Amino acid sequence: MAEQDISARLVELLTARGELLASAWVEAVSRTLRGRISLAELDRELHDLYTALVAGIREGGSDWQGEAYAEVRALLSELSRGRARQGFTPTETATSVLACKDILAPTADTPAEDIHAYLQLSKLVDSLALFTLEVYAKTREEIISAQAEQLMELSTPVVKLWDGVVAVPLVGTLDSARTQVVMEKLLQALVDINADQAIIDITGVPAVDTEVAQHLLKTVVAARLMGAECIISGIRPQIAQTIVALGIQFGDIVTKASLADALKHALRNSSTDLSINGGQA
Amino acid sequence: MSGLPPVPGTEHQTITIESNDDVVRARQLVRGLAQRCKLSLVDQTKLVTAASELARNTLVYGGGGVMRLGLVQRDGRTGVTAVFEDSGPGIPDIDQAMTDGWTSGGGLGLGLSGARRLVDDFTLETEVGSGTQIAVTKWAR
Ligand SMILES: Nc1ncnc2c1ncn2[C@@H]1O[C@H](COP(=O)(O)OP(=O)(O)OP(=O)(O)O)[C@@H](O)[C@H]1O
Ligand SMILES: [Mg+2]
Repeated sequence: MAEQDISARLVELLTARGELLASAWVEAVSRTLRGRISLAELDRELHDLYTALVAGIREGGSDWQGEAYAEVRALLSELSRGRARQGFTPTETATSVLACKDILAPTADTPAEDIHAYLQLSKLVDSLALFTLEVYAKTREEIISAQAEQLMELSTPVVKLWDGVVAVPLVGTLDSARTQVVMEKLLQALVDINADQAIIDITGVPAVDTEVAQHLLKTVVAARLMGAECIISGIRPQIAQTIVALGIQFGDIVTKASLADALKHALRNSSTDLSINGGQA
Repeated sequence: MSGLPPVPGTEHQTITIESNDDVVRARQLVRGLAQRCKLSLVDQTKLVTAASELARNTLVYGGGGVMRLGLVQRDGRTGVTAVFEDSGPGIPDIDQAMTDGWTSGGGLGLGLSGARRLVDDFTLETEVGSGTQIAVTKWAR
């Protein structure tokens, strides 16, 4: 039997009892996922996929890498990324796709031509499952690198840049809890090393919203109460424009584009004696 | 979503906003999509910041809710839309809430009004006692 005829027969089989088969697929998968994904979501996901798959076979035969399967691949990528993020295993993810074969599994009285159709579906589904696994692996990699980034965010070193000058480079997303830690560390450092200039560098902060701004403002006020001056540095152009549009006013707080500029300013204002022949403070 | 047609072949996603971590996640998702939509760095940052404000309002004032996010099309242009929805107390006086510096909590009172300035399209629907829905869109240039 020619390839095309087999594809045509397969489409026939899949459309004739379409609703029934798609539901059987949903049912089989839902058993393997044991309620960790809502039935409604799974139902929508697999029904969409089923429809796209039938359309794909009709237009493109078994050429799953072709144009006719664009929708199928998009849906599978979405499914796979979702599973990876929700912590499903590779097996569980692949099974969601592989289970699609079983719905046409031949029995003792399946006619020969339908067995051909089943075999074609089986081969096709295997390829699609592999594709799904590949997307899964890629997504996991992305998640891992994002986690590594978050870990780095957790460490916020307060460093002594110069006599009388401390700096804290902020990197990554600032939430309340983390900003609180930074603020406490910074204030403690001011005391510990008897500094009167503090630089908060926000080069590594992706966005400054009102919450971050408020934390920054509070830190500056607290530092002032301790007799220290704060400079905010590392305000990149996109952050500057966003702050202006948002309407945040930093008032008389000194802001600088770069850490180097901030240090220059701090040294000029530091009460610590820094003159070259003036000896140690 | 927000009445605009989605970009074919892309899916809109929905995430719940029930904790601070969700606000961070919302921000990351918006940034990811803004990058995919090829918004400029400035526009990405503006949209992410607006989303951050609205997500936090959803959490703090709306008592939690959802964000729906997706690519949309209009007049051949592509944009990123984020819709924030809660079934909280609603906003009794929209004009007041949209005023720079007005806050019912301890904020700067710039989130809502600032978010409107940060995006291209901004729509706010609210009903006292049933909730608030705010949709924002930023278009690729
Ligand atoms: N989803 C919402 N449900 C109910 N009320 C809201 C909602 N969003 C905002 N509001 C009201 O509008 C006011 C203004 O919001 P806005 O975000 O501008 O300021 P804020 O959150 O108080 O401070 P911040 O500048 O830190 O955002 C809030 O104080 C609150 O009373
Ligand atoms: Mg707010």
